[in-house]
Amino acid sequence: MSNGTAALAPSEHGHKVSLLRVLGPAHVWALGVGIVLVGEFTGWNFSADKGGSLAALMVLWLVGLLYTCVAMIDSEVTSTVAAAGGQYAQAKHIVGPLMAFNVALYLVFAYTMLEVSDAILAGDLITQVATESGAVGINHNPFIVLCIVVLVWLNYRGVLATLNVNFIVTALAFLSIVVIFFSVQPWSQGVVLKLGDMITPSNALPYGWIGVVAGFQFGIWYYLGIEGTTQAAEEVRSPARSLPFGTMAGMMTLLIAAALTWYVCASLLPWQHLGVTFFPLYDAALVTGSATLKFLLFWGTVLSAVASANGCINDGARAWFSLGRDRYLPTWFSAVHPKYRTPYRSIVFLMPIALAFAFIADLNQAITFSILSGVLHYTFMSINIVMFRNKWPVGSIRRGYTHPFHPLPAFLLFVLCVITIFAIFLGYGSQLIAMVAFYIIVSLWFHFYRYRYVRRGDQFTMPWPKPKGY
Amino acid sequence: MSIWNLFSHASWAISILLVLWMIYDWIKTDRAYSEAQLTSSREGEIEALSEKHKI
Repeated sequence: MSNGTAALAPSEHGHKVSLLRVLGPAHVWALGVGIVLVGEFTGWNFSADKGGSLAALMVLWLVGLLYTCVAMIDSEVTSTVAAAGGQYAQAKHIVGPLMAFNVALYLVFAYTMLEVSDAILAGDLITQVATESGAVGINHNPFIVLCIVVLVWLNYRGVLATLNVNFIVTALAFLSIVVIFFSVQPWSQGVVLKLGDMITPSNALPYGWIGVVAGFQFGIWYYLGIEGTTQAAEEVRSPARSLPFGTMAGMMTLLIAAALTWYVCASLLPWQHLGVTFFPLYDAALVTGSATLKFLLFWGTVLSAVASANGCINDGARAWFSLGRDRYLPTWFSAVHPKYRTPYRSIVFLMPIALAFAFIADLNQAITFSILSGVLHYTFMSINIVMFRNKWPVGSIRRGYTHPFHPLPAFLLFVLCVITIFAIFLGYGSQLIAMVAFYIIVSLWFHFYRYRYVRRGDQFTMPWPKPKGY
Repeated sequence: MSIWNLFSHASWAISILLVLWMIYDWIKTDRAYSEAQLTSSREGEIEALSEKHKI
């Protein structure tokens, strides 16, 4: 039984169909890094447009700090609440149903919009190559559809194969960053890299410190989605060990990849170009004049987009599935395929939504909605961990991982999230207001209409002691 | 017809085939199992099931 599928077998619960525990730490790494790595190939560089190359470096560090807090906090909570839905299940047990409903929507929006952005990116890249090779009238739509449908099919057929593919694809994309870094002789500035010429005292921060703040919005791209590792909680063999290990290893990989990417791109491309190009690493490869690097970075970009879309389909479907299982949405969505052991209805249901957005939305709109949902979600996490530690202090329940220096990471995370929300407001104020209004309306719908269908006692499944003070 | 036009048409064809396969499998599965069985997954009950799963 190596393909991740199993026949329906009787258990002590009867003939029940559940997700399969077949994943290890490498799959968790592949899921987290796979979703994120596309951000090194495109997206982060728009922070240079907001504040120059030096601002891009500063937000790399500061947003890296934000995500390190996210990874540490998430690892602690999810090593205890090991259920599909990840932060949704955490919010349900720690804060309450309304927060959980909102968190699940943040997750579904963040992942579906990121999946759409990835597919548009892959489609645009292939179309660009077709046009450069002399083809006329080639549209990106068939390549976008192919990308989404093939990955949905893969997810439908089983989680093990899906994340095995993601591991290989992600590793190849990461390798392309390492190869370009060592190919440009980073140890001898001036030979290929010209960091001193590209960043001078006069252009280091062209818009001053407000440019650094504005850059936060795009700095999110360096790491957006690493928290997606927790969606695999119900399918990893040893969640208490695999999830913290895979998440932290993923965060380290991303910090390294981000640093290498910034160094190469900022040393080869002037900030005015770096801030507007859609393919900074690919453009850096073009500047070197190496056909091999050009080939490698083209495929690195395509593969990173594919890996990200693949992980997003996996995570979005699990969040949707969890909502159905708790009756927050119709239970119809909570069906598990008896052969492939995947939430197949949720996987297929989200496909036409992704396709529709891919056709009507452009890349900027799609990724802005993804980032907005992500940041709202991170803000929740800073509050969530404080409530978690207060209600179940260390020692009261078994934790697979306990993050250090509490409550400093929670405080830092909250402050950095507020700065990021302010940065988004500067660039996309109307979208931010529209998104918040949307969440308020669906919250009212959930509170006054949908919650009557929820079996209130059944939704709390963790065998924890009573919270402190209750 | 250029090779890129061919790729474009092939992409549509493969996508349609895969979507049709998923719809076919979906209907087949829904007919073969009861709704109660398909939606029987419960949060927190997976531990006992996974212990019995053989890889």
